Amino acid sequence: MQQTIKHKKKSVINYNKWGYYFVAPFFIVYIVFSLIPLLSTFYYSFFEYYYHQVRGEIGPNFAWFLNYKALFADGLFFKYLGNTVIIWIIGFVPQIVVSLLLALWFTSTRLKIKGQGFFKTVMYMPNLVMASAFSFIFMQLFSNTGAITKLLTDGGIIGETFSFVDRVWPTRGLIALMNFIMWFGNTTILLVAGIMGIDDTVIESAQVDGANSLQVFYRIILPLLKPILLFVFVTSLVGGVQMFDIPHIFTRTNGGPLQSARTVIMYINGLLGPSKQIGLAGAASVILFMITASISMILFFIMNKEELEEIKLERQRRKEMKASWK
Amino acid sequence: MEINRPLKQVDLKSKLTLYFFRFIVYLVLILFAAAIIFIFYTLVINTTRAHVQIQRGLSLFPGKSFVRNFKALFGDTNMFVARGILNSLFIATCSAVLTTYFSALSAYSLHLYRFKGRTFAYMFILAIIMIPSQIASIGLVTILYRVNFVDNYWVIILPAIASPTTVFFMKQYLDSNLPYEVIEAARVDGSHEFRTFNQIVLPILSPAMAVQFIFAFVASWNNLFFPSLIIQSSNKRTVPVIISLLSASSPDTFDTGKNFMLMAWAIVPMIIVYLIFSKRIIKGITAGSVKG
Amino acid sequence: MFKKVLLTLLVIATAFVMVACNKDGDNSGLLVQKEGDVLVIRAWNTEFQDRFRAYYPGYVKTNTDGTDLLDDGTIVKWVIVANDNNAYQLALDSALAQQENAAANDKVDIFLIEADYATKYANDRFALDVIGELGIRESALANQYQYTKDIVTDKDGILRAVSWQATSGLFAYRADIAREVLGTDNPTQVQAALSDWTKFNQVAAQMAAKGYKMLSGYDDAYRTFSNNFSKPWVDENDNVVLDQKVLDWIKQTKEFSTKGYNNGNGLWSEGWQKDQGPDGDVFGFFYSTWGINFTLLGNSLADPDAPKEVGNGLFGEYRVVYGPESYYWGGTWIVGAKGTDNPTLVKDIMLKLTANEVIMEQITRDVEDYTNNKAAMTKIANDPTYGSAFLGGQNHIALFTGAAENIDMSNASPYDQGLNEGIQNAMKDYFSGEATFAKAWENFTNIIKEKYPELKMPAAPAEPK
Repeated sequence: MQQTIKHKKKSVINYNKWGYYFVAPFFIVYIVFSLIPLLSTFYYSFFEYYYHQVRGEIGPNFAWFLNYKALFADGLFFKYLGNTVIIWIIGFVPQIVVSLLLALWFTSTRLKIKGQGFFKTVMYMPNLVMASAFSFIFMQLFSNTGAITKLLTDGGIIGETFSFVDRVWPTRGLIALMNFIMWFGNTTILLVAGIMGIDDTVIESAQVDGANSLQVFYRIILPLLKPILLFVFVTSLVGGVQMFDIPHIFTRTNGGPLQSARTVIMYINGLLGPSKQIGLAGAASVILFMITASISMILFFIMNKEELEEIKLERQRRKEMKASWK
Repeated sequence: MEINRPLKQVDLKSKLTLYFFRFIVYLVLILFAAAIIFIFYTLVINTTRAHVQIQRGLSLFPGKSFVRNFKALFGDTNMFVARGILNSLFIATCSAVLTTYFSALSAYSLHLYRFKGRTFAYMFILAIIMIPSQIASIGLVTILYRVNFVDNYWVIILPAIASPTTVFFMKQYLDSNLPYEVIEAARVDGSHEFRTFNQIVLPILSPAMAVQFIFAFVASWNNLFFPSLIIQSSNKRTVPVIISLLSASSPDTFDTGKNFMLMAWAIVPMIIVYLIFSKRIIKGITAGSVKG
Repeated sequence: MFKKVLLTLLVIATAFVMVACNKDGDNSGLLVQKEGDVLVIRAWNTEFQDRFRAYYPGYVKTNTDGTDLLDDGTIVKWVIVANDNNAYQLALDSALAQQENAAANDKVDIFLIEADYATKYANDRFALDVIGELGIRESALANQYQYTKDIVTDKDGILRAVSWQATSGLFAYRADIAREVLGTDNPTQVQAALSDWTKFNQVAAQMAAKGYKMLSGYDDAYRTFSNNFSKPWVDENDNVVLDQKVLDWIKQTKEFSTKGYNNGNGLWSEGWQKDQGPDGDVFGFFYSTWGINFTLLGNSLADPDAPKEVGNGLFGEYRVVYGPESYYWGGTWIVGAKGTDNPTLVKDIMLKLTANEVIMEQITRDVEDYTNNKAAMTKIANDPTYGSAFLGGQNHIALFTGAAENIDMSNASPYDQGLNEGIQNAMKDYFSGEATFAKAWENFTNIIKEKYPELKMPAAPAEPK
């Protein structure tokens, strides 16, 4: 008996070093391929560094906040960030509403919807599609001579001179629609799982107490779904900020009418084009990163207010206990 | 319990509203499903129609030009489509293998071993998920251009080893599916830690790994941004890069039959894999993101 | 079980890597030359590739991987990157930057350039001296049109590239529509009706009255204006100079768009290409000599697989005239890249495909391109039996021997491609009514800022009315 215990103790201490070994590849690769580049982006954002068509490479010349000033003065970065946000909102709001609705329908014991497997399978399908191919197909179908444009014109639904690709809001709307189609299946499935995870007895007892469906939804389901909703919100936001493939292909790399569909990543991508504006691209990336990080953190804190307060209280209690021992 | 209306009447009224409601729900679901299926259907149908037919409008019936479009696409020695598909396959397979294996390894490490910095490591991995991946890509591209190490696949495949979302999912799965006794037993038997991982843990993880493999494969297959900045030789292009070059207007994009054929090759293989494994995949989406 | 699968996958992946690596490095077994075994040619479309394969005497066959085999064993590797959004230039710049350190078989040997950015590359940094370093004698190039040499001669007077084309601009019109609206399809008479912009606009009104469009889109007439600038787009101090011609183009296009004289199509878009076919309702297209065979012909057919002859769509129903102003459209030059390891082969290709009278004449007879050889072109112009079947028998070469002499490319700048694309892109919204002129101009400024941050834009001009 004693021998076994000794053996156990020894092995517990010894084995933990394997933790380092096993997780090392991840960190090494991350540091080399992501962390160092991130730091280098940050580094170059303070340099004037671009390619002059006639004179060749200019820089890297240390220039303090030149790039940041340029970004704020021009406002182009913020214009394109605005585009990104607008398109994201147009897509995400319907997405979350529809997904929630579908999830409620699927999990409703009253409605007893059959064939859920089939519907879920079909709704999730677009998520696996290559965004560039999907966007290309839409581009062909909705162009001025495209099949769907024609169908709608012939059917009298839109006017003869209506154009999806030459007008600001139709273009943004279609891009948002594509985002919606690609993601609403994923969100629905997640929300279904979330709702299924809610203990039935909680809902039942609320219903016994006289709560109607709406109250059950707002007071019980929604709060319990908070973690999932947060997850969906954050991943969608990060995904939204990264919007590139769809608007890039749909607008034939032009950014759409009045550059209204040019997203912030399309802008940074453009900066790395013939003018190779590494300095400016660096500054733009840094600002983008800071914005995304702040929003994620704010959301995290808002959604977890109670848990964080609990942790605070715990810490205080422990401190008091320790103090009282002394 | 407090019902004071005659049961029959209540039943009828609420039954009718229920049926009506259910009808609406089914209608909406069918409309959604039909719209989505229609898109894929049109894609496949158009691969069989000639350009002039496609220009005239949509059709429910297939045409006879499949072979013609096929030849036009794969015979186009400029687009190197066949090569592009092979390139994409190669990169996606390698990436998926690396992602799955090393994410499992990392997740196992964080799950089992209590080493100093363990919590930090886990929080760090979670935090990474919130950084838009393109920001790192941009920095990486800049460095690679400076040292002229572009136009190769290593820089696309190797980073797949560090995939935070996969680690997250694997860890969740491990937390609920890996009993400590199994590891203990292996150690008592004298099994080397690495061997324990490979021979005992991996099989237990295999359902999750299978699903994550598919996700990783699809993500790599669909990836446009980083490859488009790195790849320059026309015979090294991947499928999304070819599509992106095609979208900018030029005379080559005129044959829409050929274009749809290309789109089909970009999309249909993934869909087929998906349909075969759909139940598992849908289960896999939620495994790990929902805590009981 | 799963471990086995994983292991198998790893093995397969490794095998792939080995095969892929081997493929790239495999060129042993070919004859060892004094020069490189691989000739790398960079271009943005297949036009030169088609010419090369059809007319270069040393060409043997095309391999399955898209490379060509030459009679001395050299392999020709084509690297084709489409032009849009400066993608071609971007890739070219990267490749040339690595030229010194590249492996012999990867060195860029030949690259093509367009008029729009010819001045950027025709210099000591990128291009070999055609006469001094490649060894082509001046006398061999005597028959070339002067302007094709001028644009690629650097500031020290050294010739840096050669071209096989003289790309006069013209106006291609539909004879059937001309007969209906103007009462004649005779080129001389149609030219009289289109001889200046005022008359051109009048004809546009006539077309509209009968339900036809004058032009397909907004950008069709652009080059006709832009090639007649009095100064380059950008001066030596990186200032963008807005020429009056740009404003003229904007004014005309806005008028045409408002009055419905065009279909609002972008250049090269599906709508534009469709308008050239049997279902189109557009009277004419501004095209260059290379565009006739390369694009217009294909678009005019009803059945692309049927033989190209009268009866197939609009084959035979197009004619060409000078149009309201003379201009040129593009043109491609062959550049011997600095650092090439195949200078003799490069020289031979240049000589054969841009200076050999027999080959040049053959090219013109076959594909109706206007080649860069005065002697050959004069011969064809004077040949009473020569006529283009596609153009209903018209001898368009005769029409352009005069025009080609007058082409003036002296106002080209290295920034032309970006500025031309940029202004067309930005003004599109103004023409379609989606934006005011001021907003469209602001958009243009933003586009240029991203492409060429070193340029300084002028103040916004007033809306051209």
